[in-house]
Amino acid sequence: MRLRNIWIVYLKELTEALRDRRTLITTFLVPLLLIPVLGAGFTAVMAGVIGKAKREKPKVMIVGGTDSPGVVAALRKYPKIKVVPTMPDWKNQIIEKEIRAAVEIPEGFEGDLAKGQGGTIKIDIYGGEIKSELAAGNLENYLKEYRDSIAINRLEANHLPPALLKPFQVKRESIASPEKEAGAVLGGIIAYVLILMCLNGAMSPAIDLTAGEKERGTMETILSSPVSRTHLVLGKFLLVLTASLMTAMLLMVSIGVSSAALQKSRVLNQLAEEGGPAPQFALGPKAIVSVVIMAVPLAVLFSAGLITIALFAKSNKEAQSYIAPLMFLVLIPAVAAMLPGVDLTPKLAIVPLLNVSLLCKELVTGEYHWNYIVLIFASTCVYAAGALYLAVKMFQRESVLFRS
Amino acid sequence: MIEALHLSKRFQDKKRGEVRAVDDVSFTCHPGEIYGLLGANGAGKTTTLRMLATILEPTEGTARLCGHDIVEHPERVRANCGFLSTATALYPRLTAQEMVEYFGRLNGLDSATLKKRIDEIFDRLDMNDFRDRRCDKLSTGMKQKTSIARTLVHDPPVMIFDEPTLGLDIMTARTIIEFIRECRDRGKTVIFSTHVMREVEKLCDMVGIIQGGKLLAEGTLEQLRQRHGENDLEEVFVKIVTPHYVPEAV
Repeated sequence: MRLRNIWIVYLKELTEALRDRRTLITTFLVPLLLIPVLGAGFTAVMAGVIGKAKREKPKVMIVGGTDSPGVVAALRKYPKIKVVPTMPDWKNQIIEKEIRAAVEIPEGFEGDLAKGQGGTIKIDIYGGEIKSELAAGNLENYLKEYRDSIAINRLEANHLPPALLKPFQVKRESIASPEKEAGAVLGGIIAYVLILMCLNGAMSPAIDLTAGEKERGTMETILSSPVSRTHLVLGKFLLVLTASLMTAMLLMVSIGVSSAALQKSRVLNQLAEEGGPAPQFALGPKAIVSVVIMAVPLAVLFSAGLITIALFAKSNKEAQSYIAPLMFLVLIPAVAAMLPGVDLTPKLAIVPLLNVSLLCKELVTGEYHWNYIVLIFASTCVYAAGALYLAVKMFQRESVLFRS
Repeated sequence: MIEALHLSKRFQDKKRGEVRAVDDVSFTCHPGEIYGLLGANGAGKTTTLRMLATILEPTEGTARLCGHDIVEHPERVRANCGFLSTATALYPRLTAQEMVEYFGRLNGLDSATLKKRIDEIFDRLDMNDFRDRRCDKLSTGMKQKTSIARTLVHDPPVMIFDEPTLGLDIMTARTIIEFIRECRDRGKTVIFSTHVMREVEKLCDMVGIIQGGKLLAEGTLEQLRQRHGENDLEEVFVKIVTPHYVPEAV
């Protein structure tokens, strides 16, 4: 009969939650649609921008070089750029994005070159502007090749082997599995979205079941029933937890499905065809399940914490104003975990939220450091238990329940 | 049976410091009797009744409902009483029947008993038309009936009404008054608070006059009238309360 009451409260709160449009939207709709919509939008825009930037032949002006016909001819032959007639206001034209770059060839460049005194060819660009940067990158590579060819010609003229120029080769190759590569990119973002969704899923029911109950005047009604306050708050807590976990789970499922769909779609292949590696977004079921399991103590922490805070408020509106700043507070560790170079250490493993974020990053890359997993799961459980204890204690206090 | 034994409640108020909302109040109500707690706003009626219903805990003193101590066994006390006030609202997203069922279950009724009780109460209060309608779609009268059904579902021997007619229209208020009388006739112990003299005259077997948290006078209507030499209850009330009346600081 005693524990049964927790269940009775839970079932009743569930019935009410399922009839509350706001809770339904945040628990089901938001996590299911957020990732596909954001992801699809982001990828489409990125693919569009990068594709277009790569397809477009950047307009380039050649400044000077009348006495260096060799370099100019070589530049004119380069298929990845379009050389346009030089104007005196070329600097302005770069700023106005009329042209993407300008190559400045110093006076007497080829004459100096023949004497063995190499000058400097300057490439003027609009720094930070992607199309300008791409054009400059291509130009730089091309001019370096041109430089090498001159060097090789000189070596050959002196009957020396061309290998003298490059005594050895340097090659870069990623040995990380596609999963790990994806994790490095996605891990931080997933942890961030997971924390956000866990909190968001718990928020609306936590407010509705505490401050909302005060506002509607049902708090006194329920307190006059034989259910004990501890059982009452536990029943409420379980409902908030359900909503939070449901949101987190749906989010992860949605991420899994969207990433699989993205992998199959042509967008990534298109990106790959344009040169450069195809980004990997593969996220295995194992990673998804482990992240969801890590979300359990996190959801407990949020649910109990939000109930405790919202309980102080007398109305939904007041509760929202208490909780809004909390959103930002919670996101700080989540953002910190996204920064490159922030990795798990024993100290960071006990910092709440930051530890889960960092662990998520690792789990997504397919790394399972069991000592960290245990430590983080346990420490988050401790924080969660503390928050739940606080929620139960606050629910016994008249000054909180009947704050006037 | 309700026995209040030196019930006291103190609050800490930021502006006023310590407030004695209820100060050493003792009284007894017997089964089959209506005890009326009469007082002005802020006299301590609501706090007293909330303590009896174990919604608030007394700072000092205690009370017993059907022999159960309100401090020691609040859950047993709540299982033995029905509490109704204008502040006890209904869950808007539950239907009338779900609302009553919820409280029946929390009172430990099994499904068969619960169904029988609900059918019985819904018939008696003529609630079958809006059984499956959500509480936020009910009229004030329907809401009041649902609240009554909610307090009755576990058939408690003690009923506590805190200003049950406050803000209700005449017809709805009459339903409530009728219901309170019926509770007494069924042998329940009834306590209710009000500041409406007419309700006291209509209903009460015993009257307690409360002001500034103190129970100033107690007796049957007849006793109070004789003791103070007035026939009109309002005059009696004013005579008792005036020397103790402190207008609330604004």
